[in-house]
Amino acid sequence: MIIDTENNVKAQNGLRTEHMVLNMGPQHPSTHGVLRLELELEGEIIKKVIPHIGYLHRCFEKHAEAMSYPQVVPYVDRMDYLAAMYNEFGYAVAVERLLGIQVPERVDYIRVIMGELQRIASHLVAIGTYGMDIGAFTPFLYCFRDREKILSLFEMTCGARLLYNYIWPGGLSHDIHPDFIRSTKEFVKYFRPNIKELNDLLTNNKIFIDRTANIGILPVETAINYGITGPNLRASGLKWDLRKDDTYSIYNKFDFDIPVGQGLQGTVGDCWDRYYIRVLEMEESLKIIEQAIDQIPEGDVTSAIPKRIKPPVGQIYSRVENPRGELGYFIMSNGSVNPFRVKARGPSFVHLGIMDELCKGHMVADIIAILGSIDIVLGEVDR
Amino acid sequence: MKSAQEIFDLLKTKFGDSIIELVSTQPTEPFIIINPTEIDKVCFFLRDDEELLFDNLMNLSGVDDANGKNISDGDGATKIEGGTLSVYYHIESTKLRHKLVLKVSTQREKPDVASVEQIWRHADWHEREAFDLLGINFLNHPDLRRILMPYDWEFGYPLRKDYSNPEFYQGMKVPF
Repeated sequence: MIIDTENNVKAQNGLRTEHMVLNMGPQHPSTHGVLRLELELEGEIIKKVIPHIGYLHRCFEKHAEAMSYPQVVPYVDRMDYLAAMYNEFGYAVAVERLLGIQVPERVDYIRVIMGELQRIASHLVAIGTYGMDIGAFTPFLYCFRDREKILSLFEMTCGARLLYNYIWPGGLSHDIHPDFIRSTKEFVKYFRPNIKELNDLLTNNKIFIDRTANIGILPVETAINYGITGPNLRASGLKWDLRKDDTYSIYNKFDFDIPVGQGLQGTVGDCWDRYYIRVLEMEESLKIIEQAIDQIPEGDVTSAIPKRIKPPVGQIYSRVENPRGELGYFIMSNGSVNPFRVKARGPSFVHLGIMDELCKGHMVADIIAILGSIDIVLGEVDR
Repeated sequence: MKSAQEIFDLLKTKFGDSIIELVSTQPTEPFIIINPTEIDKVCFFLRDDEELLFDNLMNLSGVDDANGKNISDGDGATKIEGGTLSVYYHIESTKLRHKLVLKVSTQREKPDVASVEQIWRHADWHEREAFDLLGINFLNHPDLRRILMPYDWEFGYPLRKDYSNPEFYQGMKVPF
């Protein structure tokens, strides 16, 4: 075959053929939401991927301008609905920095515990659905069984299982349940062996490795240029974690490692690396939870919540390490009770932009593997 | 590590009048105001200069400053005339660990800003979003289409402060 222009392919017998355009989605089970990928194919080889997003667009940013600062919290829950706790965490940190207030130590400890539990829950969904996309159904059930335990901990704390409205600017909506510490300790003890079980089931599975190793390789310079952050960037080999590199809350008090991709089954930065980083990170999160739960001090969690939030004129860009990457809030204040402008820089929105670069030259079936490995949540892509 | 003041002095000697002002009065982060049509040249320098190496664009956000004249059109809706739209760039260096905020302001009637998509591919979708929601026109952007709103949306830019909902969209009544 000879390719003579962008779109036309000449077959050996002189007949002219064209690239085929195929729509994947908006209703496709492995797009993890409502996403349409417009594929340009030459046979089974991908030449171009154009993501079309916006099917879930609510214009969160316009809503936020009509709300007072605490009223925005339930809206940020609904962006990345698999990591709602962390969205609140990031928003609360941003508003506190803008106001220049310090929260009680107990609040910080509870936030970190909740944040790390949420990270495990979110990674479990990522890993479980990733296996399912590729054809391994069983790990999905195991992952959801364990995630259920974390959701029960959240339910015990604030009554909600998915969208919490728990972390507020200046504090928390209320203190943890008296049983929470004991249950969390039990969970950590229960969950640690399950990671090994998951490795036996999925991580070292021959079929799984064949489908993911050496697929969708992302070099580190490309990743930085495209704004890739979080586990996807670390899988490419850069040790970059905002919990350590641009620290917030009390993360500098804990001892934990930052796993980076090493290309154990293929090349550094391939789909398998991006998957395996998440497995390793769950273990690091367990370490943080264990340390935090032992040191948690007594105190009042609502004492620092301001009666009326009226930040001084100015703007701030504040970012935290969400389970998916850098979640930044750009908040502008004009001195009134409503934010003048709120922009959420979500990791999923940014990560989806690299699909074209990653998929070029791969087979159609690999799109599923690549899309699953960058782990997006469409609620946050579309906001 | 360089402070915003040092970077400002460096840029001022290199680019002269394109670098307008360093604002450090606000309580949080200082920012440098730059000429909107020269921002791409400045950003190329910021990324490639060995003392700066700003390789990562953290965030790009458009803002409607709403500093023009409010004109009421009689049925309760107001239109803003004049004033500016702004774009904020938050950049950092992963190697040298410093951060910087840049700002450009452009006329509301002719909102042209040079695109930085060639410098950081990350800016591609963020610029499309600013175009989609605020109507900022990024010059030399290769693919400036709507991104979050429907492609056939012709009722203006939602994040502008004087935006009002259309009465009907595709035959459906919008305000409910």
